Amino acid sequence: MDEQTVPVQIKGLRDGLLITIGNGEWAALEAALLEQIHARQSFFRGARIALDVGSHILRVNELVALRDRLSDRGVSLWAVLSESPTTEKTAQLLGLATRISKPRPEETRKFAVDDLGNATALFVNKTLRSGTRIEFPGHVVVVGDINPGAEVVAGGNVIVWGRVRGMVHAGAKGDSSAYICALDLSPAQLRIAEEVSAILTPLKSPRPEIASINQDGKLQSSPWEPG
Amino acid sequence: MSAKIVTITSGKGGVGKTTAVANIAVALASLGARVCCIDGDIGLRNLDVVMGLENRIVYDIVDVIEGRCRLRQAMIRDKRLPELYLIPAAQTRDKSAVSPSDMVRLGDELRNEVDWVLIDSPAGIERGFRNSIAAADQVLVITNPEVSAVRDADRVIGLLEAEEKGSPSLILNRLNPSMVRNHDMLSAEDVLDLLAIRLIGVVPEDENVIVGTNRGTPIALEPKSIAGQAFRNIARRMCGEDVPFLELDNKGSLWARIQRMTGRK
Repeated sequence: MDEQTVPVQIKGLRDGLLITIGNGEWAALEAALLEQIHARQSFFRGARIALDVGSHILRVNELVALRDRLSDRGVSLWAVLSESPTTEKTAQLLGLATRISKPRPEETRKFAVDDLGNATALFVNKTLRSGTRIEFPGHVVVVGDINPGAEVVAGGNVIVWGRVRGMVHAGAKGDSSAYICALDLSPAQLRIAEEVSAILTPLKSPRPEIASINQDGKLQSSPWEPG
Repeated sequence: MSAKIVTITSGKGGVGKTTAVANIAVALASLGARVCCIDGDIGLRNLDVVMGLENRIVYDIVDVIEGRCRLRQAMIRDKRLPELYLIPAAQTRDKSAVSPSDMVRLGDELRNEVDWVLIDSPAGIERGFRNSIAAADQVLVITNPEVSAVRDADRVIGLLEAEEKGSPSLILNRLNPSMVRNHDMLSAEDVLDLLAIRLIGVVPEDENVIVGTNRGTPIALEPKSIAGQAFRNIARRMCGEDVPFLELDNKGSLWARIQRMTGRK
């Protein structure tokens, strides 16, 4: 087998083994890894491994299954390194490390927003619960509520088809013409560009509102008037 | 029959996870089911105290996982109900003694032994929480009608959704109907409005719950207690029965109306 076709590469690290998984179908690669471990049982027993899965996108159940299979063989999975943010998130959810002592060069995540100018928006079709943070350079549209403790930070405008009770920051890169509108605007805090406002008097009977920066440079909200 | 594994969690501490586990377990066992509780709070165990079984502990969950005893040996039988068991937490270890996959294996082993496995989760959203929900088929989130507790419950629900555990059900604990009436406390509607998940029970505030906890006699064993009734109803709803919610606010009753009119309440 030449270097190119090796699906699974194993390397010693200071605090465990680093296993690099190549490209290809995940199921086959997983089988190849388990076969390697089976073939060298005595070497792997009690080992602590970090798995570099490259660009594979792994869901929670796949990673859980792998971790269980590894632990059945006396191998403990300690970290998962990945280029995919989904996989990283999965690993973090499972309490696995996503960085080892020598971190790989951080790639700056760039959305293809610049090419499209003002036209891009992130569409979020769910309620944002406490602890969720959404950051996007363009506009953000949320269909659902923004609960207390959730945060939305957008370079452009923020439109919410639901209730805003968390923190929303529109025009985060300094665009003071950005606005925030929602069916019910009763936030913990609103920010547009550099302006911060916590004093928006909640309406007794909620109705659609739009918040923007007025001529005096103050953040204010006003009811949305149809027509 | 294969057991259903249910984890009770909250995010915030002190909202009544352990009390709820003890009471629901007692209620399920009183309905004739075989129930095993697991204390997931390794290092800070107290489910055994609430259930009044502290003095019977020989082996604990870490002993089972590390192979020092068989599963059956760590299952402490309740002194009142013959088919109620407890697997206590280890007091001298910490959360890292157990991994989520250990919990899945333990849960699978228990599936053949009982009808229900109830796991008492520790507070927080770290390792102990992850361990506790790893094996769960269903999760019950418990909260108090307090803004901070509801906020934490919301966070936990978000994490459970991310773990693809399905939508959890909600227990609202320690509701004080008269405070709600005076707008001094969040109502069940306020909490549900924010959390937007299925409500499985509302437990009214009751001093006797604390008395029962201290004595090691869960309140669900008291036939007359209204809080006990609330826990028994939760157990019946878990079994798939359609039980109406308790009428906690008695403002509709004639006597209460007279009291209000005469300014006595």
